[in-house]
Amino acid sequence: MYKYFPHTEDDLQAMMEKVGVKNLDELYAQIPEHIRFKGDYELPRAASELEVRQVFEELGNKNKQLTCYAGMGVYDHYTPSVIPNLLQRSEFLTSYTPYQAEISQGTLHYIFEYQSMMTQLTGMDISNASMYDGTTACAEAMMMAVAAGKKVNKVLVTGCMNPLTYEVLKTYALHRNIEIEVLPIRDGITSLDDVKAALAQGGVAGVIVQQPNVYGIVEDFTGFAEACHEQKALFIMDSVAADLAVLKTPGEWGADIAVGDGQSLGIPMQFGGPYVGYMCCTEKLIRKMPGRIVGMTQDNRGQRAFVLTLQAREQHIRRQKATSNICSNQSLMALWVTVYLSLMGKEGLKEAAQLSYAGAHYLCDELLKTGHFTLAFDKPFFNEFYVKYDGDANALYNRMIDVGIMGGVRLEEGFLFAVTEKRTKKEIDNLVKIAAL
Amino acid sequence: MNNRLYGNLIFELSKEGRKGYSLPRNYFGDYEIPSSMCRAKEAALPACDELTVVRHYTNLSTNNFGVDTGFYPLGSCTMKYNPKLNEEMAAMPQFQNLHPLQPEETVMGAKALVLFLEKALCALTGLAHFTFKPYAGAHGELTGLMTIDNYHRSRGDMARKKVIVPDSAHGTNPASAAVCGLEILEVKSTADGLVDLEDLERLVAQEGPNIAAMMMTNPNTLGLFETSIPEIAKLIHDCGGLMYYDGANLNPMLGVCRPGDMGFDVMHINLHKTFSTPHGGGGPGAGPVGVREGLQDFFPNVSPYQGNFAVMMRACAYILSLGGEQIKNVGPLATLNANYIKESLKDVYELPIDGLCCHEFVFDGLKDKSTGVTTMDVAKRLLDYGYHAPTIYFPLLFHESLMIEPTENESKETLDAFIAVMRQIAEEAKTNPDEVKSAPHNTPIGRVDDVLAAKHPIVTYQQMLNDQD
Repeated sequence: MYKYFPHTEDDLQAMMEKVGVKNLDELYAQIPEHIRFKGDYELPRAASELEVRQVFEELGNKNKQLTCYAGMGVYDHYTPSVIPNLLQRSEFLTSYTPYQAEISQGTLHYIFEYQSMMTQLTGMDISNASMYDGTTACAEAMMMAVAAGKKVNKVLVTGCMNPLTYEVLKTYALHRNIEIEVLPIRDGITSLDDVKAALAQGGVAGVIVQQPNVYGIVEDFTGFAEACHEQKALFIMDSVAADLAVLKTPGEWGADIAVGDGQSLGIPMQFGGPYVGYMCCTEKLIRKMPGRIVGMTQDNRGQRAFVLTLQAREQHIRRQKATSNICSNQSLMALWVTVYLSLMGKEGLKEAAQLSYAGAHYLCDELLKTGHFTLAFDKPFFNEFYVKYDGDANALYNRMIDVGIMGGVRLEEGFLFAVTEKRTKKEIDNLVKIAAL
Repeated sequence: MNNRLYGNLIFELSKEGRKGYSLPRNYFGDYEIPSSMCRAKEAALPACDELTVVRHYTNLSTNNFGVDTGFYPLGSCTMKYNPKLNEEMAAMPQFQNLHPLQPEETVMGAKALVLFLEKALCALTGLAHFTFKPYAGAHGELTGLMTIDNYHRSRGDMARKKVIVPDSAHGTNPASAAVCGLEILEVKSTADGLVDLEDLERLVAQEGPNIAAMMMTNPNTLGLFETSIPEIAKLIHDCGGLMYYDGANLNPMLGVCRPGDMGFDVMHINLHKTFSTPHGGGGPGAGPVGVREGLQDFFPNVSPYQGNFAVMMRACAYILSLGGEQIKNVGPLATLNANYIKESLKDVYELPIDGLCCHEFVFDGLKDKSTGVTTMDVAKRLLDYGYHAPTIYFPLLFHESLMIEPTENESKETLDAFIAVMRQIAEEAKTNPDEVKSAPHNTPIGRVDDVLAAKHPIVTYQQMLNDQD
């Protein structure tokens, strides 16, 4: 009949007889006739495997393959070949949420490892089993802060936050009746004085900063956590996961909640998703955390075993009183990150971070040498930086596209360039040559 | 399954001095990261060679059960076959390497796929527009409710903050409403398992001007088609509310009904259920939201780009493969499979609501409960026989709910074998109940101690080490 439908005519007859219907239509006899769909769907005819491949190939060829210097939350990092291979293991790929622990130890085991690795990376105590992406993880952190506070509904957000994240925060805040106050940008960074002044007004549940910030600048958050805690507000840091391999961690800055996107840990850019959001917190906040959490326990044979735990926080038990409406995690992408971190280890992560840092600083130096670019802010950056351009920035952007270069993200007066370990010196020299024209 | 030999954590396989990566040399010269930026404490990540990593995760996978492993009748989750072709398409580098902020003219192929999927979903649902921003089903529910909230706000209708949800609904419905800042009004079910119209009329009379929407899962979580939908839609529309269709159970409607034709204004679809994208152990999914003409301006910004694009690619490959003529068979075959199991087991399992079901149905445990064998025991015993368990203890309408959904991909032989095992377990429950109560016996681990896990949470390797000290 069809490759995904195993029913032969004999099967159909035997089954319909058992059910007591004469034809398949009778299965829906209870549905009022006037709401039945009787026509043909406006869809193409069934396509063979070869034809489906052709469609995708034709469309694929309509995309332009570019050498990527764009970042702003999504980075073109290297993916070890081991990862996509292991992720195609269908026991991982085609299973569902590990409700039946006895036949889901594979999933539960790697989520436990994921949680362990993310707490190491962020310097925090606890991690959940992952979230959709970095922006929604940040929104969940915002709601968690408000829920953890006592009758407070204001959240302070750095002006140096990625505008794409900020838009998502605004959406959630509107419906949840959370007031967002955006802190001013002071020479490309967040000012502690502004934070203190806003906190002093009272009613603040949390303060959200971003590291590195939207301009790629590595900020100094000395005193931020203390200022927050004095006013009983939570300190929330949103960071690019891979950068935490070397940067001072949210834990070291005294953050209560660490969130961000894990895409930088070897996940392809794939036009926006799927990625994975991470969320870590202090031990004190564990019962306020949204999402799944895997814990260690024993089975009735005395063996070490893993299981979904602390489920009393979740929607399937608590319904409208749950900490979040989140149902599943982003499991397979958490596995992606777990295998990446297993392969890279702390040394590999550091090495990749150093390469990215060196490549970005080399590109920046070379661009400045052309005389057409200036750094927008004289501040330390990691692998992403904002330069102003003295010519027609749109024209340059298009010129780069024409020769197969995604020349960063266009930002007001110039460009936000990001460099990862994937970019070679030759590629960067080529970009500089075009930018110098 | 290798739990004994390969049950280590990756951390326990680590040995300083090993590595599992190779990176290019640094040709950029001396750019040193200033120490003022750097973390003081190193991340204690494992140090492993490549084969150790590959073997570890390969062996972990064998402690798992997927649709490719065996029959997975997990009710309400639509564990259908995930075609391999879809995986091949989603991995194409021409799409995988696209940065989401690339200019439009460089991503024409990707945009065309999104457009194709939107048109296809409109054709299948009778709605006019879709947003692909939601990352999952629950995210779709939230997006749909935000759309509704935005619509009422735009009209200055600020009092509409209550959402009617049936008592049989998935837990995400009330939870999503709460995240959206809305209150829940629960409407009862009748003894037949459908929305109680009288109770609904009472709610509408009491709360009319405050009602933002009614959320319905259809077929509902008992697998029953809500036959009063036209009357319900009229009641809700007349009082100024909108109708929300939770598409979690859309699969049996393919080829049968379209939510847009039944009076629904907003819906979400779980691409990982109805459109065959893999569940991946709990994600990534995709939860696109569709609306009738005029509501698309109220879509909220719930994520930065256009959602889980690679998941959408798989759904496109599925729809292209089946085409208009084959996709029509999905609903009827899924429904036939469910009814066939139900009819073959209802003499030994308690069927609280008799009659035709759609894609799934719910037993209220064993018919003969005299030996104390529970739904939990039946579920665990099924694992011994190489089946995934059905959904258990949901919906909350019955004490011993056992919810079975076979999907359209399963053959009569598979169903017959499952039915035989279910009957055998019912027999064992009478003759050898202890064997069932202590199940599973043939799995890598036995029943786990949930209470210990929750009372004394150990959720990281570091905590495990600290605990041992």
